[in-house]
Amino acid sequence: MGAESSPKIAIVDESPIRAAILEEGLREAGYTDVVRIDEMQSLLSRIYALDPDVILIDLENPSRDILEQMFQVSRAVRRPIAMFVDQSDAASIQASVDAGVSAYIVDGLKKERLKPILDLCISRFNAFSKLQDELDRAKSALEDRKVIERAKGILMKLKGLTEDEAYVLLRSTAMREKKKIGEIAQSILTASELLK
Amino acid sequence: MTAQLQIGFIPLIDAAALIVAVEKGFMRTEGLDVQLVREVSWSNVRDKLNIGLFDAAHILAPVPIASSLGLGHIKVPIVVPLTLNLNGNAITVSPALHAAMMHEIDGDPLDPMATARALSRVVAARRKNGGEPLTFGMTFPFSTHNYLLRLWMAAGPVDPDEDVRMVVLPPPFMVDSLASGQVDGFCVGAPWNSIAVDRGIGRILHFSSDIMQRAAEKVLAVRQQWAEKNSQTLASLVRAVFRAAEFTEVPDNRNEVARILARTDYIGVDASVILRTLEGRLKIAADGTIREDGRYMMLAREDASAPDPVQAAWLYAQMVRWRQTTLSLEALKAAQDVFRPELYDAAFGRIGEPRAPAKAIGSFAGPIFDPQNIEGYFAGLPAGGGRG
Repeated sequence: MGAESSPKIAIVDESPIRAAILEEGLREAGYTDVVRIDEMQSLLSRIYALDPDVILIDLENPSRDILEQMFQVSRAVRRPIAMFVDQSDAASIQASVDAGVSAYIVDGLKKERLKPILDLCISRFNAFSKLQDELDRAKSALEDRKVIERAKGILMKLKGLTEDEAYVLLRSTAMREKKKIGEIAQSILTASELLK
Repeated sequence: MTAQLQIGFIPLIDAAALIVAVEKGFMRTEGLDVQLVREVSWSNVRDKLNIGLFDAAHILAPVPIASSLGLGHIKVPIVVPLTLNLNGNAITVSPALHAAMMHEIDGDPLDPMATARALSRVVAARRKNGGEPLTFGMTFPFSTHNYLLRLWMAAGPVDPDEDVRMVVLPPPFMVDSLASGQVDGFCVGAPWNSIAVDRGIGRILHFSSDIMQRAAEKVLAVRQQWAEKNSQTLASLVRAVFRAAEFTEVPDNRNEVARILARTDYIGVDASVILRTLEGRLKIAADGTIREDGRYMMLAREDASAPDPVQAAWLYAQMVRWRQTTLSLEALKAAQDVFRPELYDAAFGRIGEPRAPAKAIGSFAGPIFDPQNIEGYFAGLPAGGGRG
């Protein structure tokens, strides 16, 4: 961090896990002054009380528009914030929007000091969405497995098949109809509900 | 050939024409395969449009001007080929503020001059008693809501930067903030005013049409570069949205439109609340008082869809008036060039035909706005009314 002290960074994120991942990354990189805000009530006054140099906010957060207000000169705004990047940094904006995060510098902090923070932020956000995707996939795979088990049971009972035969029937139907086995299994469950 | 488009929107009733264009097949008829993407903040809509994640967007009328001038964020030239609606906002105040204003009022409560004067007296009394200044919510720094509130207050005179607090609040937070007393009033679009009234915590003081006869509210915005490269697709998009706007305004279609908009993937509020907005017949007080105004929200009627450069100039003048930027005639010209009636006309095969002059803005107070004489406009503003 050199001779300059660590800038104070506020993370505004309603997802506690993602905020923790980001905070950990920042601390590992030597940014020791990191505060998380997960409560959106009176966001502006909380930020003024903290008086951060950098504010990071996730893009799923409607409160982002509240931060835009800090560009303004008005009674509600005590210390105007600067734009986080200039025209030459369009690539940074693109990368951060893609990752789902936005950063604001509060008056005074040098732009080049933001760049490593933003880069770190982007990689942590991307890592988080990858994690989330994997989790979602694992969840839906588990769901599929449950549905397939139940569909197999119905086929075994109604058509007198063995478990293997029931599975082969599901799989060949799915291939013929160009659908996932899970979808075919789900339609069997739906049909059997209807025919009860 | 089908063009695939991603269009961003915020769940508000004035996204109706876009939603109806998709749901009623107007987009498909024009060969457009549109995916509407619901967003949570205007900053997101702006950024995703500017960097090309969206091809087009439902956006606050001042934002494309701010982007084109590089105000508040990076500079990206944006153009407006169609206005999605004129008017459609309302000012809602808490029952306590309403009572205080009605105690002070001298004149017709529907007259914004009378209410602005009453507000000024309430503000003065609070100051004398050492009370906290009143706080008003609006949706974005570059929003009609911000400018309409300020225009109204300044007539009082109330200085919006000195005498009260103006705070940005995302529309879905507006009602809760009024209920909890964080704000005393707000200016927002539908359905949020009606929801505050239904919850018994707010009273609609004015429709925005009381303050201005014609105020561009949400627009369809695209990047200038995109418009140049995709002129046929743009023309198709303008036609599809315009036809959907006409469809939405046919009284017999309102029930169907309200049901579509009510879906949770669109606006997700009760269809009956949406219907009131489409009819311009709003419940303004918890006691059930109804007020009707044909100008409450205009989509296609009275040439509302045609982008009007005078509207763009007026919005730019408000940015100057409230110190979001400083006056330059070059920027004024650039702002006017954002609103493109010729792109709108071209979509309907009217190329090179002269346009009838747009109807007047019809502001309830202040000097008549003439973009040819913008210095005169500022000279005619009351003292303390901004730009100091």
